[in-house]
Amino acid sequence: MWDYNNKVMNHFLHPQNVGEVENPDGVGEVGNITCGDALKLTFKLDKNGRISDVKFKTFGCASAIASSSALTEIIKGMTIEEAEKVTNQDIVELLGELPEEKMHCSVMGMEALQAAIADYRGEASPVDVDDDHEGRIVCKCFGVTDNKIRKVALENKLHSCEEITNYCKAGGACGSCLDEIQLILDGLWKDLSKKPEESSGAKLDFMKLPLIQRVIKVQEVIDDEIKPMLEKDGGSIELIDMKENTIYVRLQGRCATCPTANVTLKHVVEDKLREFLFPELVVESIK
Amino acid sequence: MTDNKTIYMDNNATTAVDPEVFEAMRPYFCDLYGNPSSIHTFGGQVMHSINQARTQLADLLGAGHQNDKGEHTEIIFTSCGTESDSAAIWSALQVCPKKHKVVMSKVEHPAVLNLGYELERRGYPVSYVPVDSHGRLDMERLEEMVDDDTAVVSIMWANNETGNVYPVEECAEIAHRYGALFHTDAVQAVGKIPMNLQDSPIDMLSLSGHKLHAPKGIGALYVKRGIRFRPFLVGGHQEKGRRAGTENVPYIIALGKAAEVAGRYLEDENTRVKALRDRLEAGIAARVPKIRINGDLENRLPNTASISFEFIEGESILMLMDRLGICASSGSACTTGSLEPSHVLRAMGLPYTAAHGTIRFSLSRFNTEQEIDFVVESLPPIIERLREISPYWNE
Repeated sequence: MWDYNNKVMNHFLHPQNVGEVENPDGVGEVGNITCGDALKLTFKLDKNGRISDVKFKTFGCASAIASSSALTEIIKGMTIEEAEKVTNQDIVELLGELPEEKMHCSVMGMEALQAAIADYRGEASPVDVDDDHEGRIVCKCFGVTDNKIRKVALENKLHSCEEITNYCKAGGACGSCLDEIQLILDGLWKDLSKKPEESSGAKLDFMKLPLIQRVIKVQEVIDDEIKPMLEKDGGSIELIDMKENTIYVRLQGRCATCPTANVTLKHVVEDKLREFLFPELVVESIK
Repeated sequence: MTDNKTIYMDNNATTAVDPEVFEAMRPYFCDLYGNPSSIHTFGGQVMHSINQARTQLADLLGAGHQNDKGEHTEIIFTSCGTESDSAAIWSALQVCPKKHKVVMSKVEHPAVLNLGYELERRGYPVSYVPVDSHGRLDMERLEEMVDDDTAVVSIMWANNETGNVYPVEECAEIAHRYGALFHTDAVQAVGKIPMNLQDSPIDMLSLSGHKLHAPKGIGALYVKRGIRFRPFLVGGHQEKGRRAGTENVPYIIALGKAAEVAGRYLEDENTRVKALRDRLEAGIAARVPKIRINGDLENRLPNTASISFEFIEGESILMLMDRLGICASSGSACTTGSLEPSHVLRAMGLPYTAAHGTIRFSLSRFNTEQEIDFVVESLPPIIERLREISPYWNE
């Protein structure tokens, strides 16, 4: 028994905008009867380029019908440019929530919208499985490509095969592609974690720490990473103070009198602390 | 049995405990709670009740053999149908250590089918007998698959989704020709069709209490006299060393009583309940276009109707019926969270247009004509409404 909330049940029991718009400006058809759900979306624009009429027909379970109904409510009155930005998350948001296993219903809604917009523009449908030459079919049962798996994973921050199955069905039948899906996911998130924005998690965490913890972490980096380098050249370093993201240190030994002390400060001390702790740290020296 | 709002037509999933059964088991919780293995009278008397339940169940199955104390020795009480299935098949593989192969049908209940997949993972060869579009077993393929290396053939007596009844005695004879044992998962059949195991070639049979108006959590395995058996659960001496673990006394008493009552209603099941099922099918067929009635119409359980409503999806139908208090189930994917229609409907090659919209109604002796008529009246608008939303439906 699914635990559908009232909003989902309401959209299922009283679906809005059922049918087909006459002489539509855009038609999007996704899914098929083999897969167990399908959605045909039709819309018409008014003089100002806003979606004035939109209707759907859906073959599928209660959440598929509710997602379709919700989608039509969301995009009514939007321009194409606005509608283009609608994602499955917007559908889920309007419905309050969907069971995890039913997330693919909201994804189907988004895909039908994208297909209808592409149709309006005279482009090929971006999600038509049969014409998807851009990806490689990974899940043969449901005809899901690697590109689609990456897209769904990125948009919804999915890390496990199970989540992928919930959102786009891939791997949900014979299961023989599950290993491959996991490899795709591992690759995807590994690549992303190399990019600087991904490390923002660590930086935020560092600045949230109590002062004493931050001091200890800075001292650790100084002791383990920075001091050994300076000591090779007969120098050393001492942590003096910390205010906000500024760290005050005193260079010692040869470093204290070295003409390139400032270079050392910025390119060794500051870089190391930024690398290990927080990319916006600033290091100042005290004489 | 049920309140005004609930019309329960999902008896292949589980059944209501019959009040007569409940009364029979009630004293064994707080009053007669002794351990049947105890030496004192207080506990020991419970063993008599257990053996009485064994006799009641043996009578329903037509399992005649008694030992010199008059005890039926062919019935082992277990915790559920799944345990019985596993115990039977594992035992067969152990008592025939030189044989490795298992043959079963493609439409077995997951209790057997998934055991087949597990056995394959452990290196046992397993063959799966196909069915035709009516779900009938391909007997020629069965005969081809069984060979001298086959330890056990396991074919369900009746299918839970379509209600198809399989020629298990014929299957058992084929198994015996190659020296294999024969087991049947009769969870759906017991209590619905007459059985006479003493005159049948069936070696082992599994059943479950909650499908015949006993509670959930009790099952039994019939092992014909003379068939070697290795216990699945090892431990104490209970059930003559064939199933360790302290007896689930109240539930065993319940199963015995349920078997006795089922025997009394067997005729009713095959006349009145069957007529209700036929009335339901005919009523729906007369009012709703584009439907299919699935299964082997000549050889079906009297209580089961599997009906496909083309171009719509089963979960939506169930949800709308649920609003009216009607309980049924679906072979569609969405209901369970799996994404494919049931393995039974797929094995039958049912077109996807129909498979996704398949509803199973399974009746019991507690259903009434009024309930049938209510469903026949309420269903057509539901189907019509969903077809209007469906992109595949055009009149």
